[in-house]
Amino acid sequence: MERQYLLGNEAIAHACLEAPVDFVSGYPGTPSSEVIDVLRSRQERAYYIEWSTNEKVALENALAAAWCGLRALCTMKHVGLNVAADPLMTSAYTGVTGGLVIMSADDPFAHSSQNEQDSRCYARFARVPCLDPATIQEAHDMVRDAFALSEEFSLPVIFRPTTRICHSKGDVALGPIVASQRKGEFKKDPRQYVVIPAHTRILHKKLNEKQPAIKKRLVELGYNTYSVRGKTAVIASGIAVTYVQELIPEGISFMKIGAYPIDESWLSGFVRQHDTVLVIEELAPEIEEQVLQVAGIVNVLGKKNGYVPYEGELSLSAVAAIMVKAGSIPAIPYPAVSPVQDLPLRPPILCAGCLHRAAFYAIKRVFKDAVYPSDIGCYTLGLQLGVVDTTICMGASITVSSGIAHSGEPRDIICTIGDSTFLHTGIQGLMNAVYNGADITVVILDNRITAMTGHQPNPNTGVTACGIASHPVSLDAVCRACGVTFVETVDPYDITGMMNVLKEAQSRKGVKVVIAKQQCVIMAKRGGVKRGRYMVDAEICTGCGTCVRYGCPAIEMAGEKARITDLCSGCAVCAQLCPTGAIVREGKK
Amino acid sequence: MKSSFDILMVGIGGQGTILASNIIGQACLLENRRVKGAETHGMAQRGGSVESHIRIDGKFGPLIAPGQADILLSFDLLEALRYSHYLKAGGTMVLNRHLVLPTSVYMQKIEAPTEEGIIAALGRFRLCILDADRIAQEAGSPLSQNVVMLGAASRMIPLKPESLLSAVKNLVPKKTIEINARAFEMGRESGSSC
Repeated sequence: MERQYLLGNEAIAHACLEAPVDFVSGYPGTPSSEVIDVLRSRQERAYYIEWSTNEKVALENALAAAWCGLRALCTMKHVGLNVAADPLMTSAYTGVTGGLVIMSADDPFAHSSQNEQDSRCYARFARVPCLDPATIQEAHDMVRDAFALSEEFSLPVIFRPTTRICHSKGDVALGPIVASQRKGEFKKDPRQYVVIPAHTRILHKKLNEKQPAIKKRLVELGYNTYSVRGKTAVIASGIAVTYVQELIPEGISFMKIGAYPIDESWLSGFVRQHDTVLVIEELAPEIEEQVLQVAGIVNVLGKKNGYVPYEGELSLSAVAAIMVKAGSIPAIPYPAVSPVQDLPLRPPILCAGCLHRAAFYAIKRVFKDAVYPSDIGCYTLGLQLGVVDTTICMGASITVSSGIAHSGEPRDIICTIGDSTFLHTGIQGLMNAVYNGADITVVILDNRITAMTGHQPNPNTGVTACGIASHPVSLDAVCRACGVTFVETVDPYDITGMMNVLKEAQSRKGVKVVIAKQQCVIMAKRGGVKRGRYMVDAEICTGCGTCVRYGCPAIEMAGEKARITDLCSGCAVCAQLCPTGAIVREGKK
Repeated sequence: MKSSFDILMVGIGGQGTILASNIIGQACLLENRRVKGAETHGMAQRGGSVESHIRIDGKFGPLIAPGQADILLSFDLLEALRYSHYLKAGGTMVLNRHLVLPTSVYMQKIEAPTEEGIIAALGRFRLCILDADRIAQEAGSPLSQNVVMLGAASRMIPLKPESLLSAVKNLVPKKTIEINARAFEMGRESGSSC
């Protein structure tokens, strides 16, 4: 058995190789993305792998592979499961023959997400098993078991690690990589795979009949365990298990939940041996509600009576405070300390030389008093530049724009959406806006990659997940096919050029699309693009601050004058903005 | 109750905290020690404030509780102040004398903290201040400042310097092994005066 220091997602990917997996699909989303990134970067691979255009597409592909008897993994983040919810619900009815594991990574505290929803609720909704790891080692072991469990019950299994599992690291014991021997074959069985009402009524009954055996099996698997040590008990799940284990004193019982659905009689047997039970879990009160159902007169402390928060991420100090409040530990083992107040924030920021900053600048200059709906991607950080008014979910910028336009809003409406997001679920909104006569401008921020989640290729990139060259989609042609007549592609580094096209768009009626196309600055750097660096001629600089207000992290004030640091990537936008012409290319003074 | 040796590494996205934490993790494996860690990823963290938790001999979760870190390793002065409440009383702060003002200071005209002001505010801790940028330049590449910092901290980390150095050699890009090995030794040297 080999031990390696791995990221949770790397350990999860390795477990897929041990399973072994035959088919992998997904859509990038922090904190889930590295699983496919690790699997796709393997030189020798017997499995099929793809980045799909969205999570619904990914799940339907993986489901089909599992129908063919293969072991399929489908990865996404919690909000992606909403997009894939439609096939998820019915996949529980049709079931699978091969193993289907849906990894839906949750993000308590919304470190990089638009909400804090809990994928365990979807598992309960769909009536499929859900595995919820407490450590990286367990995440690794659970993936291996999830495939077997899926095949045992012919059901998709949701695997739900949280950010603190996906992006934490540890020494992990790994098993051997196994070569897959499976060949997929679709065996026709319309009563299983064609969900007309007559079939589906029977399938639903079958799904319900599977539940008791699943509950028993999950207890046997050892992911739900307990030890009785006194009349007070703490029940925890996910990463909170490790916090409780670090803090729990002698004489307090402990139950760990790692798998759902929970066997009620087993749970009841534990709960009823105690006077008080404290349930500590992140996000939804999944366990707490079950405990309440079996508790009888046992006092249950948790979210519903204010001991545990519904929102945010738990931590050692948060759990310590909860346990003290609930009377489960005598004193806070870790003294409370407060951070230094009122420091200037350092939020994530668009990179030096990012095309989005240039595009936002041009948008703001032309569409001065406008409404700016936006979307999910790096460019959501345009909020700091005052050019992002709304963000809901993938693809919602165009639909929100048309909704606002049809509501009689008198101002111009100009929205921004990235290339990957446009392909994910933006196209449908564009079709709808054109067909229903909305009056909006859409700027597709086309950096040819899914940058925010770690530079995964999409159908606009020109390579597949495996690095094989492929035919990139023509955004221009797609927009025209949707019925847009004004489609212009511009280079956002050319501020004047882009502003001219935006002015033209502003003067027209209907749906106008401007494709602001330039390579992601990180990809350009990796690709060896060298534009040279820019500098401020201190003799000419008047210190007016126009360049620092542009918000590029490569520009700062040094006393009364501006200065460009070595973060400069040479996009030259600041040189175009400087009113005195003080910014020049290094060595070309 | 606390059995692990806890290191918090903080800085600005892109400064190499992830590589530095991987080096410590790898060194733990070489010595057959348990190790846990957690780090900041995603949402274009490049340029943002980042933190990396490392718990040597950690049995439980990856997060260090505030007030419990044995060492705080900071690549930037402002970030050192931001996370200083994580350091335990009597802990050591290994500090790069380097201050990058966040863009928010210029965009929102916030009063900018000064180097002297920050160092004074950190006065209650044992400080080990070094000029990692300059040392890294001398070692052969400004990109090696994360390894310089690690070298300086290596005097306080309960791992053999040989383990850390071989982890450095295993993990940095092949053509930079020599530069990084030098960066580690120079960092360790400069840490001797702390």
